[in-house]
Amino acid sequence: MSEKNDLTIEEMSDRYFDVLREIGNIGAGNATTALSTMLGARIDMMVPKVKLMEFKEVGTTLGGEEQLVAGIYLEVNGDIHGSIMFIQKKESARAMVQKLMGMPSAGDDFTEMELSALKEIGNVITGAYLNSLATLTNLTIYPSVPDVCIDMAGAILSVPAIQFGAISDKMLLIQTDFADDVDLSGYFILVPDEESDAKILHALGF
Amino acid sequence: MPETIKVGIADLNVCKPPDLITTIGLGSCVGIAIRDKVNKIGGLVHVMLPNSQEVKSNGNLAKFADTGIPELVRRLEKMGAVRSRMVAKIAGGATMFSFQSKSDLMGIGDRNVAATKVALKALNIPILAEDTGANYGRTVTFDPETGDYEVKAVGKPIKVI
Repeated sequence: MSEKNDLTIEEMSDRYFDVLREIGNIGAGNATTALSTMLGARIDMMVPKVKLMEFKEVGTTLGGEEQLVAGIYLEVNGDIHGSIMFIQKKESARAMVQKLMGMPSAGDDFTEMELSALKEIGNVITGAYLNSLATLTNLTIYPSVPDVCIDMAGAILSVPAIQFGAISDKMLLIQTDFADDVDLSGYFILVPDEESDAKILHALGF
Repeated sequence: MPETIKVGIADLNVCKPPDLITTIGLGSCVGIAIRDKVNKIGGLVHVMLPNSQEVKSNGNLAKFADTGIPELVRRLEKMGAVRSRMVAKIAGGATMFSFQSKSDLMGIGDRNVAATKVALKALNIPILAEDTGANYGRTVTFDPETGDYEVKAVGKPIKVI
């Protein structure tokens, strides 16, 4: 299966997409359960959408490159190496934090406590996603401690884009909508390095 | 009507006064503005990575500092700009997440800035001003008429370098 190493992101088969979507589905399902428990409220989830997008389109998806977003970023190590980011609009992040902390925000900026709550939410959500990936592939995956950044979508997305940039002009986005009275939708961006892509494919029987 | 020409990520373009040229949301990427200070022909390139030799998928010249800057200079020369009169201003190269720098010996933002300086030096184009590093995103707009490079960041006053 050595030729699989040469597979570019554009050449990934529909089946691989299906698999990623399914992982996203299970992961988001796990994340929803974890999130419901954490927030003490019922949260529904839509079927995630997996999209392969050009860098320049990604900003638009999130509401423009200058849209303020919260990105929670973790490094992934173990059998595969890469990073995972959970990104959502600032208002959605704020709504989640308020739900978790059970009180309205003091001002426009996130306090240390709110940032820490946001990191925890990111940890739970990305952890659930990585868990389903690890279970399905039988690979060992360790996430790092998360870091959070609130800034323009373009600037935050440049981080995974640069990592994808070494192999492609496109990146893979998994959109997850958590249904609630407020918009809590967010996006996962998983960036495995080249070798890891092959490993994931191989582990899934491709 | 003056227009503002938009440059995307891993993209470049050139312009003449009264038009302006902009790129939105520079994170670890670097926005390099170059102009001929005599005939005011200017351009902007938004590079993502330092070195095209390190990666396989290197077809897009504007993606890398080592190829994007010479390509921008070539485009400027095609419009009538003269290399010996060119000057540059640079912005971006932030480290958006604190542990980003741990995985590489130097963070990608710093590496992009370093590669940008090497590429400009190789072409003998002096850097008049820079606003690089730190941990926040920047939106930049370049005016080829005055050479003003406006840097906007979230929650910070607008800076002109």
